[in-house]
Amino acid sequence: MRQLMTGNYAASYAVKYAGVQVIAAYPITPQTQIVEKLSEMCAAGELKARYINVESEHSAMAACIGASSTGARVFTATSSQGLAYMHELLHWASRARLPVVMTNVNRAMAPGWNVWADQNDSLSQRDTGWMQIYCKSAQEVFDSILMAYKISEKVLLPTMINYDAFFTSHTEEPVDIPDAEKVRDFLPGLRRGRIMDVDDPCAFGTLVAQDTYTEFQYKIQESMQDAKKVITETCAEFKSIFNREYALTEEYKMSDADEVIIATSTMFETASVAVDELRKKGSKTGALRIRYFRPFPSEDIIRALSGKKRALVLDRNISFGAQGIFCQEVLAAAGGKGNMPAISGVVLGLGGR
Amino acid sequence: MKMTIPREELMTKGHTGCQGCGAMLAMRYALKALGKNTMIVIPACCWVVAIGPFPYSALEVPVFASAFACAASTAAGIKAGLEMQGKREINVVAWAGDGGTFDIGLQSLSAAAERNEDIFYFCYDNEAYMNTGRQRSSATPYGAWTMTTPKDSTKNEFKKDIDAIMAAHKIPYMATLSISEPEDFIRKVRKGMGIKGMKFFHILSPCPSGWLSDPSDSVKIARYAVETNIFPLYEVENGEKYIINKKIARKKPVSDYLKLQGRYRYLNESQIKTIQEAADKNWRSLLKKEEFPDT
Repeated sequence: MRQLMTGNYAASYAVKYAGVQVIAAYPITPQTQIVEKLSEMCAAGELKARYINVESEHSAMAACIGASSTGARVFTATSSQGLAYMHELLHWASRARLPVVMTNVNRAMAPGWNVWADQNDSLSQRDTGWMQIYCKSAQEVFDSILMAYKISEKVLLPTMINYDAFFTSHTEEPVDIPDAEKVRDFLPGLRRGRIMDVDDPCAFGTLVAQDTYTEFQYKIQESMQDAKKVITETCAEFKSIFNREYALTEEYKMSDADEVIIATSTMFETASVAVDELRKKGSKTGALRIRYFRPFPSEDIIRALSGKKRALVLDRNISFGAQGIFCQEVLAAAGGKGNMPAISGVVLGLGGR
Repeated sequence: MKMTIPREELMTKGHTGCQGCGAMLAMRYALKALGKNTMIVIPACCWVVAIGPFPYSALEVPVFASAFACAASTAAGIKAGLEMQGKREINVVAWAGDGGTFDIGLQSLSAAAERNEDIFYFCYDNEAYMNTGRQRSSATPYGAWTMTTPKDSTKNEFKKDIDAIMAAHKIPYMATLSISEPEDFIRKVRKGMGIKGMKFFHILSPCPSGWLSDPSDSVKIARYAVETNIFPLYEVENGEKYIINKKIARKKPVSDYLKLQGRYRYLNESQIKTIQEAADKNWRSLLKKEEFPDT
């Protein structure tokens, strides 16, 4: 059924369809609508979940971690300062190997106060061991959440689903809401790994000395690499059931292009319009979207850029003292590879500009 | 005499606690009361070390190590996760030191208390950051030496009154516990098991390496804390009904308690008098609360 809804409500409905059991959240603009809607669904009995009104984002993630450790499916949502306040526990969720799923509505960091689109919040969490997706539409938000549970529960690493403040969070778009039964078939709620169990008492996350700490980190890195395969398989299964196609990256008019605009989230849509305009003027331009930031799809990006003349990376974020963060990552992926275009970057659109 | 303490041991050999550690006895008694159907969240504190290194555990119940500030919210999450899967009868415990309770963990504890989460929160209070080597916390008492309240500047502030703070949350049940009174300890934990909602337990936990006391004196020091009214044993129901568990006919002077501990060795007579007066005042106030619950 197609319905007109904002990115935020698309997130709420996806959480409902995913059969989430515990939600813990703290309000922050522009995320708040997601959890307001969820709270309403829980109160109406439409969603059988426990909704915990915590006192901070730190506790929101702590409660999600606790609930996930028992095998329950959990959700939280945040933005900007809230995500920064969670930082310690982002590490905790991934290193405890818990399939927590969270949406982060990309919003600028303060000061000064700005509630508009900017990716410095989530990109500052790059090294916390979370898978990160950047969505371009409300439909993609909905679909990505469903897939994220499946992927996270297989890989045993958490997923953060990011999308632009207001451009996606508060803009109504047609969203195809699938049949609940189909979603249940796609997402049956099977979970790998050990959980907290009084009949099989284990200690989780206690002392790990020098002799084994590296091995645990290695296993996370290994899982993150393996996740690419799981993501690809999950996208294929999703397509076979719901007939919508996703991958680690997305390409627009790339096959004959000699110059490429690389962008993320809603900026990719703008880039696609620019591609059409430039093509009218005779340029052979294409656009490439980086959908997954972690695991970073280096192989797909190298394949897409191979043989192109030049590439421009658009970054709605900045690593002060260096440059745009996606540009850095693309340069690192292309480094030392043959047949790569000249890659440059531009920082733009900060704080919703 | 009828023994009320269960024989079952859920804390095994091989913990890495210090000799004479009060928190080890506290866990042993708490688990005797709670039994096997229990899960424990332990934030950063001595006990997350004491449990032993991976892949071992000195406890025969599931343990989840949490970050420092969020023992209460992690436990609330565990309880919610279990309940949503129909596992309603499991005792979910947050087990934190004084730093994780009085200081960095107070926000999440206060919130869990306000929401009346159906969990047990135990604070084993050794009155400083002992796991990091004895630094002052807001639970450190007046006049005590720590590494960050050194001899020329011992702590000049009184201990934060965490029990009054928790009582002000009107939680269904709270109690102070002493390792010198195991029967009382276990009885009160068992009483908490029959009550739905937030249960808070405050245990004074002697720490030989931090209090500079003889490890063989730990139980005695805990007993003296009760018998001097430095740490009275009482319960509070719904933040209103105070029940004092032990009224000492001939209470000891606080100096009996203080002189067993090297951390108090820099006290002068006037400071000892101050501590005595504070203990007496607290006791009078407690008696009043018991007698006039509405005031």
